[in-house]
Amino acid sequence: MSRPPRAAELNLVLCHACGMACDNSNQPHDCERCGAPLHAHKPDSLTRTWAYLIASLVFYIPANLLPVMNTTLFGSGADSTIMSGVMEFWEHGAWDIALIIFIASIAVPATKFVALALLLITVQRRSTWAQSQRARLFRFVELIGYWSMLDVLVVALVAALVKFQALGDIEPRPGILFFGMVVVLTMLAAMSFDPRLIWQRDKEQADD
Amino acid sequence: MTDTRQDSPQPGQPGVKTRRFSISLVWIVPLVAVLVGLSLVVHNVMQQGPTIEITFKTGQGLEANKTAVKYRNVVIGQVTAVELSKDQKSVTATVKLVKQADNFTRVDSKFWVVRARIGAGGVSGIDTLLSGDFIGADSGESNTRAKAFIGLESPPPITYGEPGKRFFLHASDLGSLGVGSPVYYRKIPVGQVVAYGLDENGKGVSIEVFINSPNDAFVTDNTRFWNASGVDVEVGANGFAFRTESLSSVIVGGIAFRAPDYSPDDQVAAEDRQFELFDDRARALAPPHGKAQYLSLRFDQALRGLKVGAPVEFLGVEIGSVVSVNLDFDVEKRTFPVNVGIVIYPQRLGRAHTKLLKALNHDPDDEKAAAQLLGSFVDNGLRAQARSGNLLTGQLYIALDFDPKAPKVVFDPTARPITIPTVPGSLEQLQEQFQVMVERLNRLPIERIANNLDANLVELRKGLQQFNSRTLPGVQGTLQEVSKTLQSANSTLAEDSPQREQLTQTLDELGRMSRSLRELADYLGRNPESLLRGRPKDAPADSLKPSSRN
Repeated sequence: MSRPPRAAELNLVLCHACGMACDNSNQPHDCERCGAPLHAHKPDSLTRTWAYLIASLVFYIPANLLPVMNTTLFGSGADSTIMSGVMEFWEHGAWDIALIIFIASIAVPATKFVALALLLITVQRRSTWAQSQRARLFRFVELIGYWSMLDVLVVALVAALVKFQALGDIEPRPGILFFGMVVVLTMLAAMSFDPRLIWQRDKEQADD
Repeated sequence: MTDTRQDSPQPGQPGVKTRRFSISLVWIVPLVAVLVGLSLVVHNVMQQGPTIEITFKTGQGLEANKTAVKYRNVVIGQVTAVELSKDQKSVTATVKLVKQADNFTRVDSKFWVVRARIGAGGVSGIDTLLSGDFIGADSGESNTRAKAFIGLESPPPITYGEPGKRFFLHASDLGSLGVGSPVYYRKIPVGQVVAYGLDENGKGVSIEVFINSPNDAFVTDNTRFWNASGVDVEVGANGFAFRTESLSSVIVGGIAFRAPDYSPDDQVAAEDRQFELFDDRARALAPPHGKAQYLSLRFDQALRGLKVGAPVEFLGVEIGSVVSVNLDFDVEKRTFPVNVGIVIYPQRLGRAHTKLLKALNHDPDDEKAAAQLLGSFVDNGLRAQARSGNLLTGQLYIALDFDPKAPKVVFDPTARPITIPTVPGSLEQLQEQFQVMVERLNRLPIERIANNLDANLVELRKGLQQFNSRTLPGVQGTLQEVSKTLQSANSTLAEDSPQREQLTQTLDELGRMSRSLRELADYLGRNPESLLRGRPKDAPADSLKPSSRN
């Protein structure tokens, strides 16, 4: 097989912080240049990703069930959950806004759960199925991760802006906290996932 | 090789690795997440209050997940669903109460929709205009619990546990009262009407009032309640007097109560005591009516101005009122007499009544005896008469008076109601007399008199014409002659006329003559003999002088 040698075969490890290729032959703990810890793979990648994913899944339930926002208009307050907000916009004809909120707040986290779970399972089973597509999926998950914070930002902004005492008042409700946690935890999960595992085929390589 | 051998002691590190592998700290994160989730679930379950269903007539203002249930303006629950009832005649609101609102599932709890209400008594729930309607709640006291309630259409005026007392008032009609109408004591609002309803037989109205503590102590056994709605206009000797409790009572009606000023041995009334609701203050504070006695009167005259409610006076004392005025037809006489029903309260006669009872040993409950008593009065001349109370308006009242000159009437003691004979009213008598006079005047031969008078006048006129044409010219000639005569007489009597001169002379002569006559008389007085002998010649001259000169 004429293929360039792999870094593992040359006993080289890339520093995550400064990008220096360090010699791993005597298993140094730190980067020679910047002193950052050296790992051949992200440490505990699968375990951490699973943990964060499960935690975010747990938080996803209250995030959707609890109200995220309380809108008080002329003294009549109403709690709204994410889904009720989407429904409200949809019923009032603002289907575009409803779609944006739906995608950013419900579809994207759900997609992330599914995608990460898929990646984790396939990696654990050392599947060679659609590796490049899976790699693209992981990049996509990392990309859309930030946009999930849209909802949290909207609530934070609106709650800060709309303070008209008796006329109108918007207050955040605990649901948004859980939603923020979901977003943070899914991002952590995506970060702790090592995409190189997608390409690993050999048992000894996976162990290190 | 040695390197590899030296390496072999190093497997201390894999030992560390295995320890790390056994429990990864990162699992704390999902653990915490699960714990938080569990705590949320537990908290939710702990907070879970009872769910009840309230039935309203309409779902106006009720919105699922929006309408709150409030007690003392604190949210104790929320409407989770609003749907039509199965028979589609009402609306069922499902309400999830909070845990602390457990009391509100008592069977006698009340729920009602608070919305802006504008009544004559004031405006309420104005804040709901902006905030939306909510369900007001009041917890009950019963020990049994319920899941389904029937919502009230209007807020209950009194909440549970409010200190005070409830009383029941009986009236013939509700008047302008309503739930929430104030109750006044000395013009201070101390309570309100909380409910009303028809009596079971439909012959009266029962009104429930609530008097707040501590003013409920002023309701005593002797207390009289009266309807203070509207304005009382009293016309008395001092002029007009307006009396009203307050402006709002004019509009929404009201009840006032008070004990008579002299009410000894007055006890604070017990809760739920029944009172009578009088029509006005004067009637309420008047001495009690006592037993009512219905009497019937039959008038053979038109009774214009006699109204139901007109007073009945006995010797000038008001003892009752007219309750009915009906036209009747007398088959025998072919006339239309007026039947007047009156009710009198003999107890209003006060001391006279008690004395009468004592003197006659009369039992007021014995109707037969009462009829006999009235019969004896009628024999003594008791008659009813419709009199004019007000000449301007023509209002009539019934007067019971003794008229000894009244013609005897047979009294029927068995008739019910007892009938009292009548005499024509005073005004009617006056009218009759006037009519007789007019008839007499009518009978006078005015026409003949007038004719005669006319003929006389014609003759008189003729006579005057004659006088003018004939007699007056003659009179003129006569007057001219008289004038001439006077002129000649005037010239005769003029100062320088010879006639006058002669007259003066004649008068002088006459004077002299009278003097000589007097001298002669004097002389003769002194010498009477000279009548016989004549005058002596030697007689001195002075002896001729009158004696008065001596």
